[in-house]
Amino acid sequence: MAPLLSLRGVSKTFSGGTQALGAVDLDVAEGEFLSLLGPSGCGKSTVLRLTAGLIAPTGGTVKFAAGKPETAFVFQEPTLMPWASALTNARLALDLEGVPRTEAEPRAAAALARVGLAGFEHAFPRELSGGMKMRVSIARAIAAKPKLLLMDEPFAALDELARQSLNDDLLKLWREDAMTVIFVTHSVYESAYLSTRVAVMSARPGRVAAEIALEQPAAREESYRLTPEFADAARRISAALKDKAA
Amino acid sequence: MSALLKYLVPFALGVAVLAAWQTLVRFYAVPVYLLPAPSDVWAALTANFPELMSALWVTLRIVVAAFVIAALSGVFWAIVFAQSRVVEMALYPYAVALQVTPVVAIAPLIVILVGFERIDLALLIIAWIVAFFPILANTTIGLRSADSNLMDLFRLYGASRWQILWRLQLPSALPYLLGALKVSGGLSLIGVIVAEFVAGTGTDTGLGWTITQAMRNLEIAKMFAALGLLATLGIAIFAALSALEYALLHKWHESALTKQG
Repeated sequence: MAPLLSLRGVSKTFSGGTQALGAVDLDVAEGEFLSLLGPSGCGKSTVLRLTAGLIAPTGGTVKFAAGKPETAFVFQEPTLMPWASALTNARLALDLEGVPRTEAEPRAAAALARVGLAGFEHAFPRELSGGMKMRVSIARAIAAKPKLLLMDEPFAALDELARQSLNDDLLKLWREDAMTVIFVTHSVYESAYLSTRVAVMSARPGRVAAEIALEQPAAREESYRLTPEFADAARRISAALKDKAA
Repeated sequence: MSALLKYLVPFALGVAVLAAWQTLVRFYAVPVYLLPAPSDVWAALTANFPELMSALWVTLRIVVAAFVIAALSGVFWAIVFAQSRVVEMALYPYAVALQVTPVVAIAPLIVILVGFERIDLALLIIAWIVAFFPILANTTIGLRSADSNLMDLFRLYGASRWQILWRLQLPSALPYLLGALKVSGGLSLIGVIVAEFVAGTGTDTGLGWTITQAMRNLEIAKMFAALGLLATLGIAIFAALSALEYALLHKWHESALTKQG
């Protein structure tokens, strides 16, 4: 797989003096589903924000192989504009790019339909459940067809059912759109289910402690959670987390 | 049922108070120059109706003008402040100084500076000073209260300053602005009346000046009639701005939601 981006010796110290990241080396290939897994405070989110270019590293470099790709970001909170309908929220990236409304509207509607929200185009965020709001947030991210999707513990606040159904939908979107996904989580099972590779991080200062490549069947679904392969993946990730992050 | 009660209860209370007032004033034969009965006030209102209406119109005109100018200038400077911390640091203390100095104390100065021949302008400036600050302060806070993650998202998508302002900061500030407008609507009325007390209204006579003159002439019933009109005007301004707030917020903002289920 062609390399997409590489972090070399990336460190980050915040203005308060907190060292969030030591020196992180990480390569991401095109089309990967990479999970960043670790205890809270290990700098997972910081890696994501550095990759997005929302913050600048204190040391080291973030390099993209072929220029910065179209990037989308999904936060832990749905982070929707409360004054705008689901459709207008999903249209955000297209609107900001100056895509004409007549073209942006059907594309945003299609994105909503892909996350199972057809018929909710004109609903306001307050009328939607937590899981549905997160779906709007994902529709907003995929509407502009990003090459790179960054997700910061997007399902942490959802109940188990909503979470599993969103996991399946996310895998489907990832396969269909051939995106690269970097997914921050603190759930071993979530990372085992979703990823082609897991980077286990440890804290104080944050660094990548272990990388685990997973052999995943291309099409995973609910029944995959019951297979020995899934159990084995979860065990390996769990062991690495205990070993390196403790 | 509850909707009816909402209007019926205060109305019934008002009628009861007026009836008690009327009865007690008549029973104890209180002289009309001390406390007129509601019927005396009503008589004064009808007798002086054209004069009072023209005074109401004079005052209303200046109130509306001052309020609109305060709203526009308040929002404008809040946007400038939100764009530049340096400008805010430089100007904010003076905006505060303008606000905390009692307007009654500045009013004579402004009247002298502007000149007695342009008293309308003096009234306008005084009312603007009172109404301006709540709009400036609240809108500034509102513009800064935009969700920081949404702000990051806008930046990630390469939004321009103008797009961030128009699509993110102004909608975020809207509930703050509308709250401030309700406060400032009442304040611009107070500002005009205070200014009229100090300066009069030149050739035209506003409600504030009518009250001052009625008091000097011991026309207490007429004074009450003018007061009643003033209160009605204040309530109308508040109701209009509340309606505006509801129209703009009821679809999405927590403050305007009615509890369901």
